[in-house]
Amino acid sequence: MIKEAINYLSDPLYSFTGLMILFYLSLKRIDIVGTKKFGIGLLVFTLVTFGWMVADPIFFSIISLPDNIPIIILNALVFWSTWFALYKGHQNDLRIEAGGSPLEGTPENREKVWAWPNLVYTELFCGIICTVFLIVWAIFFKAPLEEPANPTWAPNPAKAPWYFLGLQEMLVYFDPWMAGVVLPGIIIVGLIAIPFIDINPKGNGYFTFKERKFAITSFLFGWLILWVYLIQVGTFLRGPNWTFYGPFEFWDFHKVVAENNINLSEIFWIKLFNTGLPKNIFVREIFGIIATLAYLVGFIPLINKKWGKSYLERMGTIRYYLMIFLVLSMMSLPIKMYLRWFINLKYIIAMPEFEFNL
Amino acid sequence: MSEETKTSLNRREFFSFLAVGWITFGAATAGMASLIFRFLYPNVVFEPAMDFVAGFPDDYPEGVDERWKNGFGVWIYKKDGKLVAMSNICTHLGCIPTWLPAESKFKCPCHGSGYYPNGINFEGPAPRPLERFKIYRNTEGKIIVDKTKVFRYEKGEWTADGAFIEV
Repeated sequence: MIKEAINYLSDPLYSFTGLMILFYLSLKRIDIVGTKKFGIGLLVFTLVTFGWMVADPIFFSIISLPDNIPIIILNALVFWSTWFALYKGHQNDLRIEAGGSPLEGTPENREKVWAWPNLVYTELFCGIICTVFLIVWAIFFKAPLEEPANPTWAPNPAKAPWYFLGLQEMLVYFDPWMAGVVLPGIIIVGLIAIPFIDINPKGNGYFTFKERKFAITSFLFGWLILWVYLIQVGTFLRGPNWTFYGPFEFWDFHKVVAENNINLSEIFWIKLFNTGLPKNIFVREIFGIIATLAYLVGFIPLINKKWGKSYLERMGTIRYYLMIFLVLSMMSLPIKMYLRWFINLKYIIAMPEFEFNL
Repeated sequence: MSEETKTSLNRREFFSFLAVGWITFGAATAGMASLIFRFLYPNVVFEPAMDFVAGFPDDYPEGVDERWKNGFGVWIYKKDGKLVAMSNICTHLGCIPTWLPAESKFKCPCHGSGYYPNGINFEGPAPRPLERFKIYRNTEGKIIVDKTKVFRYEKGEWTADGAFIEV
């Protein structure tokens, strides 16, 4: 009964929405999340829930695949480090509010030490531990090798390496050019650009949340909600034919999901105007082109009005508009996902003639 | 000043040394680059032939036939007196879809694109229908499938000469 409810709720539409609400609430109530009590409570809750879930044979068979074990470790590390940073940030915020300096800024913590041997020794030991870990891993978990490659056959489901499953899940909603080349390119270039765009000196060398709300929220959104969540879905919840399966659901090869995706042009020309698609490609896709341009340009005045003044003055014009472009590109992913779930939208602009689809 | 005691180059000699040096360096680099470029192309490629004889049209039942899928990557589809040869490459990202007879559709295992038996895309992210190959009859009346010529639906090529044969 509970398992069925979890299966139902883990459908991307509900789980993604729920996760966004949880994300919003936990950053909103950082005074609760950023305490040791909450951290221990969450740990106990997670361990109990996970133990209960592992007892289920279907769930166990999914997570015990050699490919999926790294993701369990990833989850533990991601949640630990995120909570720890928020906890430290919250402690410092309280200290700063009380008029003090952050913990890292106290005189006894400002003492300087030599990189050699303090840092290099630590790095050496970390390297040794990692090597031992990898060797033990390689001995105990065999590589999931399959039969020799055959260009006319694909395994079902065909899954990318676990660190690319977020990208593969993104590809469900986008054209390969967008989700395979353009968006990953923007992610990499955008991450490289962060230190040049974000010139706010606050938070340098110490944990804080209150002083860097926007930066931390937008980064955690992209990292936790978009990247890590999509890896979970791609790894644990996608079965044969890339159909969605709940965590306790048997991977029935013949599960039928009613889906009939259509392009924005077809919604307008066929469903609304009842005329049939125009011959000219650009006339056909005019609504999609308008929508895309409106999204890229139309939001700027709104953003400027709401937050623009202070940010624009602090960052300068180029940095400010680069930041807006990066945020808009990031938000295009959840928007496209919701459009797919709600109106079965395939492409906003569909020009397969030029291999251009948004 | 005698020849033996000369220790430095004059201007003309310096430039000739420079030219010889650069030409040698350039030639070596170009040679290395061409070797690397040649290395990218394998000596032997084990690829199936791009065209093959596919028997007589009467050998095929109505609907989708999978007999050439593993050897040549082609589905034969026969419907309403027309016989076509479909590519088995998904138009989304090039995976190999699976033919599901019970659901009467092709379904890609990589991102969930779905196609009707005639190759038209209807679910998942595939932007266009499966491609079709050139198909014709030889003098014996046998079917020849030629994979070098591709017919694309969105370009209106499926009605073109060679995209199908009447049976």
